[in-house]
Amino acid sequence: MSKPFLEVDGLSKVYPDGQGGELTVFEDIRFALEKGEFVCIIGHSGCGKSTILNVLAGLDEASAGNVVMNGKEIKGPGLERGVVFQNYSLLPWKTTLNNIVFAVRARWPEWSKEKVKEHSERYLKMVGLDHALNRKPSQLSGGMRQRVSIARAFATQPELLLLDEPFGALDALTRGVIQDELVKIWEETRQTVFMITHDVDEAILLSDRIFLMSNGPNARIAESVKVDIPHPRARATIFQNPAYHKTRDYLVDFLVNRSGSALPEKDGTPKIVEPAKGAARSTPASAESDTESESETAARAVNA
Amino acid sequence: MASLNVRAALLSVSFLILALGLWEMATQPPEAQTGLTEYEMLMGGVEQESRVPPPSAVIKLAWAELSDPFYDAGANDKGIGIQLAYSVYRVLTGYLAAMAIALPVGFLIGMSPLMYKALNPYIQVLRPISPLAWMPLALFIIQDSDASAIFVIFICSIWPMLLNTAFGVANVRQDWVNVARTHELGPLRTAITVILPAAAPTILTGMRISIGIAWLVIVAAEMLVGGTGIGYYVWNEWNNLDLASVIFSILMIGVVGMLLDLALGKAQKLVEYKE
Repeated sequence: MSKPFLEVDGLSKVYPDGQGGELTVFEDIRFALEKGEFVCIIGHSGCGKSTILNVLAGLDEASAGNVVMNGKEIKGPGLERGVVFQNYSLLPWKTTLNNIVFAVRARWPEWSKEKVKEHSERYLKMVGLDHALNRKPSQLSGGMRQRVSIARAFATQPELLLLDEPFGALDALTRGVIQDELVKIWEETRQTVFMITHDVDEAILLSDRIFLMSNGPNARIAESVKVDIPHPRARATIFQNPAYHKTRDYLVDFLVNRSGSALPEKDGTPKIVEPAKGAARSTPASAESDTESESETAARAVNA
Repeated sequence: MASLNVRAALLSVSFLILALGLWEMATQPPEAQTGLTEYEMLMGGVEQESRVPPPSAVIKLAWAELSDPFYDAGANDKGIGIQLAYSVYRVLTGYLAAMAIALPVGFLIGMSPLMYKALNPYIQVLRPISPLAWMPLALFIIQDSDASAIFVIFICSIWPMLLNTAFGVANVRQDWVNVARTHELGPLRTAITVILPAAAPTILTGMRISIGIAWLVIVAAEMLVGGTGIGYYVWNEWNNLDLASVIFSILMIGVVGMLLDLALGKAQKLVEYKE
């Protein structure tokens, strides 16, 4: 078996609990990502998802364990890993275009000015912001800012993209539109993506696999759920696929009933689950809009 | 209804006219009631006490001074422009020297908690010292009155710049620093392309406070060291009992101080950003 693109081995994080003791947020996290995979991670607040992502980004250090990407251990941040932060993290004194130029120039310092600009503009166009090149982030809506942030991350063409709840602060309508854009860009670039989300529907729409985390402290990645829905997917039609509902029911059930007690396999790797095995290839059922909106409500309650 | 600006301007002008009118009336010489006594004739008129000159006299003097601001008729008779230029030169020299020290040291203190803790006690002791208290020591060590005045400006303008720079740098949002880190920027490039622009508004606030203090202090410093400058000019005219010149130069101090502040205010606008 060849080595996976990214391998996370026995990661754990321990904080002092403020009373002289220690608090283990998560422990013995083990998983692997293949090149070109889109993987989401879902778990309740406090299970340390963001810390895992920050360790992958090199912005935080784990208390134990290591991460190996392309055969090299990750130590500190690097340009081969792009990050989209929840709060966009654009530099507010730079224009939209210059925020991208900043990143592109850091990635390819040897490029000419024209080439950097052209490349940056291309990625802004991909997210539909070519009309707002010279605006400052403060003049953009939250959705537009997050698009800039996504464009910045994709523009540097990192080998691994890390998205930390990128749509968490957006309203539902905007979120939908940008999800579609993310799907589109990803279909074009097929980048490896690791994304945190609280939104079950978002996870199904975007990912090939979904990691489910048990509750912290001592959180684990308990299960790895395969999303058996063929690409390209679209937000408007995905719910017609029977695999969508099976997957969704499985995820909601985990988050509501089992996240407190779920455990990974004995060797520490997540249990592999295929809730919709075979269902995807059957003919799409007629629109089940009623059941859709019901489970929608249930999922929102979980996410709240 | 005229716009707010027009109404404010009208009101400003009427306040000015009112104030000047009252001032003019309050400073008229008393009329001679009877013929002059022998004593009065010997003294050259009825005025026995000196009075604050009326605004008309000040305006007349201002007109004369401002129509030829750069004349130089010897050590004790130079135009107001020359005196102000000396003061501005000293302020700017001391101020730029302070900047050259305060900005890098402020960066260091802001970025390193260790340096902050190590240097903070000294800053806290040195900061409240009246800048003029340094004057005797400066005169003794530097042995040059002009350089001593510049040193006093240096020492008084360094603190707000230093502390604001340190504060601004220390409080740059971690997210922006993380952006620099994920893009593999080295420490120097991070400092220049991320931390400096992020902290610039706070730094400029410190610089604006500093230039204000420097302009306040230069007047007092020049009264002490003498020779040239607007502070010396005020004191010299007081010794000459030329109160119209004193009032005129007080106004000029205000005008130049305002211009310095306006310039820094403009600079501040340039580096401001909205989150």
